[in-house]
Amino acid sequence: MTLTWWHNASQDGPGKTYWEKVAKDFSALHPTVKIEIEAIETNQLQRTRLPAALLSSDPPDIFQAWGGGEMVEQVEADYLKDITDQVKTEVGNIGSAAEIWQVKGKQYGLPFRMGIEGVWYNKDMFAQAGIAAPPTTFAELNEAVTKLKAINVVPIAVGAGDKWPAAHWWYNMALRACSVDTLKKASTDKVFDDPCFVKAGQDLKAFIDTKPFQPNFIATPGQNDPTSANGMLANGKAAMELMGDWNRGTLDTVATDKAKLASFLGWFPVPAIEGSPGDPKAALGGGDGFSCAKNAPAECVEFLKYIVSPEVQKGYAETGTGLPVVKGAADGVTDPALKSILEATANASYVQLWLDTAYGSTVGTAMNDAVVAIFAGNGTPEKVVSAMKAAASK
Amino acid sequence: MTSANQIRTSAGDASASPAGPHRAGRPSARQADTRRKWYEIIGLTAPAIAVYVMFVLVPMGFAVYYSLYRWRGVGPPTEFVGLRNYTLAFQDPIFLDALRNNAIIVFGSLLIQGPIALAIALLLNRRFRGRSVFRLLVFVPYVLAEVTVGIMWKLLLTGGGTVDAMLESLGLGSLVQPWLADLDLVIWTLLAILTWKYVGFAIILLLAGLSNVPDELTEAAAIDGASWWQIQRHVTIPLLGPTIRIWMFLSMIGSLQIFDMIWVTSVPAVRSLGASATMATYMVDNGFFARLWGYGNAVAVILFAISFVAALLFQRFLLRRDIEGAITGKVK
Repeated sequence: MTLTWWHNASQDGPGKTYWEKVAKDFSALHPTVKIEIEAIETNQLQRTRLPAALLSSDPPDIFQAWGGGEMVEQVEADYLKDITDQVKTEVGNIGSAAEIWQVKGKQYGLPFRMGIEGVWYNKDMFAQAGIAAPPTTFAELNEAVTKLKAINVVPIAVGAGDKWPAAHWWYNMALRACSVDTLKKASTDKVFDDPCFVKAGQDLKAFIDTKPFQPNFIATPGQNDPTSANGMLANGKAAMELMGDWNRGTLDTVATDKAKLASFLGWFPVPAIEGSPGDPKAALGGGDGFSCAKNAPAECVEFLKYIVSPEVQKGYAETGTGLPVVKGAADGVTDPALKSILEATANASYVQLWLDTAYGSTVGTAMNDAVVAIFAGNGTPEKVVSAMKAAASK
Repeated sequence: MTSANQIRTSAGDASASPAGPHRAGRPSARQADTRRKWYEIIGLTAPAIAVYVMFVLVPMGFAVYYSLYRWRGVGPPTEFVGLRNYTLAFQDPIFLDALRNNAIIVFGSLLIQGPIALAIALLLNRRFRGRSVFRLLVFVPYVLAEVTVGIMWKLLLTGGGTVDAMLESLGLGSLVQPWLADLDLVIWTLLAILTWKYVGFAIILLLAGLSNVPDELTEAAAIDGASWWQIQRHVTIPLLGPTIRIWMFLSMIGSLQIFDMIWVTSVPAVRSLGASATMATYMVDNGFFARLWGYGNAVAVILFAISFVAALLFQRFLLRRDIEGAITGKVK
């Protein structure tokens, strides 16, 4: 029998190679099962290929799943296999991160990668600018920006051209401005009436007004391109970048000098905002997982369990393309920056899923567009909230 | 043609009248003739018509159907909303921006490419050394794939990129602009790239048209003492009329549906702010990325309707003389 597997490690590199190995190893353990892989670029996979395939009578057996609002919709349409009873052990090993792949207490997928977002920075530039320690509050971050400008470097690179890297700044402001309860309620009920969502936009606007970003950031791509924001950080053209845990791998792909990058790269959590009701130890994060189609054979669940087994997870960690989710796989993480993320993830009081994933594509896209308008100087904090409400009814 | 012959003989057998020159059998033979003609027409065009219906008409019907639903592409569409998606589209300032950008590209292409193409075609129509090299150079951009051209120009125009460096080295550093980042400038940058790419197509069409202008006419005009410019003005250009109109038609339809170049050259943020969105990119951004499948289909239908009406009007008023008789077979 054959399992079809769709994943997003479409670029040649350690991630793609590793999945090929995992499929081969699984077939060696289960000689009756053959796995057909299709690696599809994320946008195509998530926006066109998967929705169309799930509408048809012949979806792939096992496919990438990001959890959150999208998964709620997929479960409502009865696309996904309920695997709650078969994966109790695995969920125990993964811990609270597995909740993102749950809908109404039932498990419909499992993560293989999970991590929180933070600021990636150039330690050499910080030393040169006389910044003693990574900032822990926005006041300190503003000071750092001033010092970095004094030595003529771009303080923060932002890939606003791709929208979401800019929107992530707003997400973090919301995380600082809103209480955890408000955030949870927003994710489940799509209610954004709390004034903290407007405050997030005001805080962001105030931050943008200090001009911490590179010029013409509205056309800078996020990643996978030497001129992108992470190209700027990787090649010593900017001192900081806000990005998720996968950034370690993507920085490597655009760096002209990988050894130099490894020597100067550091990471610190998103600073707190003084006097905000949000929990300063709450973090934004997200991950990647896989789900089985409703009518996929039982072997699909076996394969899913194999992907999140400790030894496969450890091998995944060693590829350096992301952080593993299973207890015991952490030894595979060798990179110091990734180690600090692991530590911060363990210390986080609450992990909020990326807001555009949590709220679903429709509200998420409207939110990102409205945040980008603030970056471009023709949006307002209030318009972000009204755009989200309008999209929910579209 | 064996099948046609078989039909002919079988049709001959079917008619009861014996063969030979007697008139009574004529009408039935004529009937058999028309029937046979229809069999041939249906038999030979059926595959093409079937493909057309399957892959053009049926999907168009589905697009209209889906556009009447509030549908996120998860599960079958159930929530009928009538024309709400259409009213929402015309209320969205970004969609209105997209319409404006399409208009800029339609008229910009016609007004800029037309004169340039005509001038170059008239020049290239004269005999001079290296003419074939020139023709090749002019045509190269058109042969390149649109995505390739888009990525190439994106790299050239990036901040501190090749274009900026060239301007600096020419002492024109003050002209350096954020070509693709300035929200007011980006659509004009894209128009310039489109002009660079498609002017070659217009030139090739016009050159083909020029080869149909009889030499006798221009020679006669020259003998009558007309200057080169007068010959172009009063003989050549009027005779190019049909070619120019066909090029205008193709250019207009292409500009309305423009997608690839905008998509790869301009980043998502600039598109979603309306600065570089066109109807087609707006459709994909909303239909696929925001998951508004019903709404996206409504935008697709609007795009189709605008293109269709524009094509009809153009044919009715500008192409009428050129295609007269081609369709109806009537001679006026």
